[in-house]
Amino acid sequence: MKVRAQIGMVLNLDKCIGCHTCSITCKNVWTSREGVEYAWFNNVETKPGIGFPKEWENQEKWNGGWKRDANGKLQLKIGGKLRVLANIFANPDLPEIDDYYEPFDFDYQYLHNAPDKKHQPVARPRSLITGQRMEKIEWGPNWEEILGTEFEKRKADKNFDDVVQKDIYGQFEKTFMMYLPRLCEHCLNPACVAACPSGAIYKREEDGIVLIDQEKCRGWRMCVSACPYKKIYYNWKSGKSEKCIFCFPRIEAGQPTVCSETCVGRIRYLGVLLYDADKIEAAAMTPNEKDLYQSQIDLFLDPEDPQVIEAARKEGISDNWIKAAQRSPVYKMAMDWKVALPLHPEYRTLPMVWYVPPLSPIQTAAQAGHVGMNGVIPDLKSLRIPLRYLANLLTAGDEKPVERALERMIAMRAFKRSQQVDGVEDLDVLQQVGLTAVQVEEMYRYMALANYEDRFVIPSSHTTYAENAYDLKSSCGFSFGNGCGDGNNSVNLFGSQSAGVRQVIPVVVEE
Amino acid sequence: MSYFNTLAFGVYPYVAMAILFIGSWIRYDREQYSWKASSSQLLEKEKLRMGSILFHVGVLGIFFGHLFGLLTPVEIWHAIGVTAPMKQLVAMGAGGLFGLICFIGLTILIQRRLFNPRIRATSKKMDIVILFLLYAQLILGLISIGVSAGHLDGHEMMKLMMWAQNIMTLDLVDAVENISSVHWIFKMHIMLGMTLFVVFPFSRLVHMLSAPVQYVTRQHQIVRKRFAR
Repeated sequence: MKVRAQIGMVLNLDKCIGCHTCSITCKNVWTSREGVEYAWFNNVETKPGIGFPKEWENQEKWNGGWKRDANGKLQLKIGGKLRVLANIFANPDLPEIDDYYEPFDFDYQYLHNAPDKKHQPVARPRSLITGQRMEKIEWGPNWEEILGTEFEKRKADKNFDDVVQKDIYGQFEKTFMMYLPRLCEHCLNPACVAACPSGAIYKREEDGIVLIDQEKCRGWRMCVSACPYKKIYYNWKSGKSEKCIFCFPRIEAGQPTVCSETCVGRIRYLGVLLYDADKIEAAAMTPNEKDLYQSQIDLFLDPEDPQVIEAARKEGISDNWIKAAQRSPVYKMAMDWKVALPLHPEYRTLPMVWYVPPLSPIQTAAQAGHVGMNGVIPDLKSLRIPLRYLANLLTAGDEKPVERALERMIAMRAFKRSQQVDGVEDLDVLQQVGLTAVQVEEMYRYMALANYEDRFVIPSSHTTYAENAYDLKSSCGFSFGNGCGDGNNSVNLFGSQSAGVRQVIPVVVEE
Repeated sequence: MSYFNTLAFGVYPYVAMAILFIGSWIRYDREQYSWKASSSQLLEKEKLRMGSILFHVGVLGIFFGHLFGLLTPVEIWHAIGVTAPMKQLVAMGAGGLFGLICFIGLTILIQRRLFNPRIRATSKKMDIVILFLLYAQLILGLISIGVSAGHLDGHEMMKLMMWAQNIMTLDLVDAVENISSVHWIFKMHIMLGMTLFVVFPFSRLVHMLSAPVQYVTRQHQIVRKRFAR
């Protein structure tokens, strides 16, 4: 047993209101630079839809993630090592900027200095790549917002596979939607790391955060293809790839990531998970895709188990991390209550950002008598979002774990309702879903009340002990490579440019 | 003329190589963030695919052809039974083939870089300069095949080989003597080649030093410790 710790995340989709605060705060902090205008380390998609970039879930098109080859060995879907190198001159699996969208801005200044005219002046868009006028914006980071675009296009969503009669969901009365906020999954078996020819991407041993070493990256862009979640972005300005850094400077200080901190719906949870690193490879190789969810939860170790604690200490995991693991909201949701599920486990990357599936209004609620009921729990088949759709999203098509999660959430509501409205403890409903009253009260505290201290249990890293402050004296802090050079010097022998300087391309406004 | 020859083919190669090595060293040491392939595939895919593959296949063939062709000692060629005229024919054939592949690729890449608005707007001056330098060098090289066809005895080629080997063994005087009588097209080709050495550290060409061959043998996953315990 090789115990490792990772900060994981859970997003409670049942409470996501799709406000994009996470995306915007993330963008303002990390990607408001030239070259990554199109990149969203965190984005929120409206599902069903093809998402961002277009059809990212369609791995027959993009070849992201891993596959089991004929001999049962794990291989990148983009190909073995020699094939990766053979494709280095032109990567066949790389999305083009239009698969994301052409970044644009508007000529707001024209609203101020427009001459006297018969018509109201308008701020027209221009490309942030060429600086030229864009006559029409064809796509954006969230083009399908609240079921935007025709169903004919949105139904290319891979999660519709095997959903019976998917065409009926194009009808106004039958349609459904949900939000899916996405960020880097900081996988246990990251495909991006494995695909990087330079070896620039790595997983941090202490907290599991996956990072790209900007000084080692040579821009071979294989990681962009290998990541099945398309959460690595190629910076066309710097020629290097960039990705979500899980706000590691904040995590190290014991603070939540920016997206989590600013979430107005309080849907995000951060906590430590202990896992057995020796079993990762075997778990990722599980033959049947539907068993991948189970094999991933089998990796997680019980932080209360004395053997695990002893093994963790032996690996040098400090006591405050073990304590944090015992209080981890992520462990509770994923392991104790089993309401959180991984996103697309079939990619075999063992993702570490998990989701609580959303409940949805009961179809044909008007005909309440026709809804099948199982005690107080309605038949989940009559939920507006097809179970199969959620299962394709979260459990590689296995409906049972999704059903269990949804039933437990409904049971929690029924129990609290009878307790607070009728003044009776309805223990039958809990028995039906296999929960105890104590567990449900805790679930209620974490998922309904969602206090800050319960949502974020992040042990600070012991930088004060581990770093030699004397050695760090006068060194530079956060920089875009090239040591402490701040790029203020406009002449650079080697043609590099400061990444922090935004060069706005002047636009000529034509009458 | 002999003064010029000494300067251009005796001194300049050393200046160029010094700039190549020291310049690359300084850049690698100080400017890691600028050390990259500078791919523009994200902005344009179709033409890059055609152009880049053809260009790289061609240029790798040419590069290794020159490397082994020029620097392998004559004794080794004799030992394996390759005579000078034979070697010249092979050099002309292989060079012509790879040169042609490279020429098609480079033409596509130049067309793309100049006329695709996205690529043009995001190009640095050096990106364009380097493409034209390579283009000129390639065209000179292709013309020189025609010149060689005029004398198939391998004698001219031997002079070029001897020059390159004399330069490597610091035998300056012999080097200049060997080169002074070759056709001017070869001289131009050599001077431009040396100039490519000079611009190397200041351009995106440095990415060739980072050819990721070690990827084949490394394990899939990489884990780093933030702090040594």
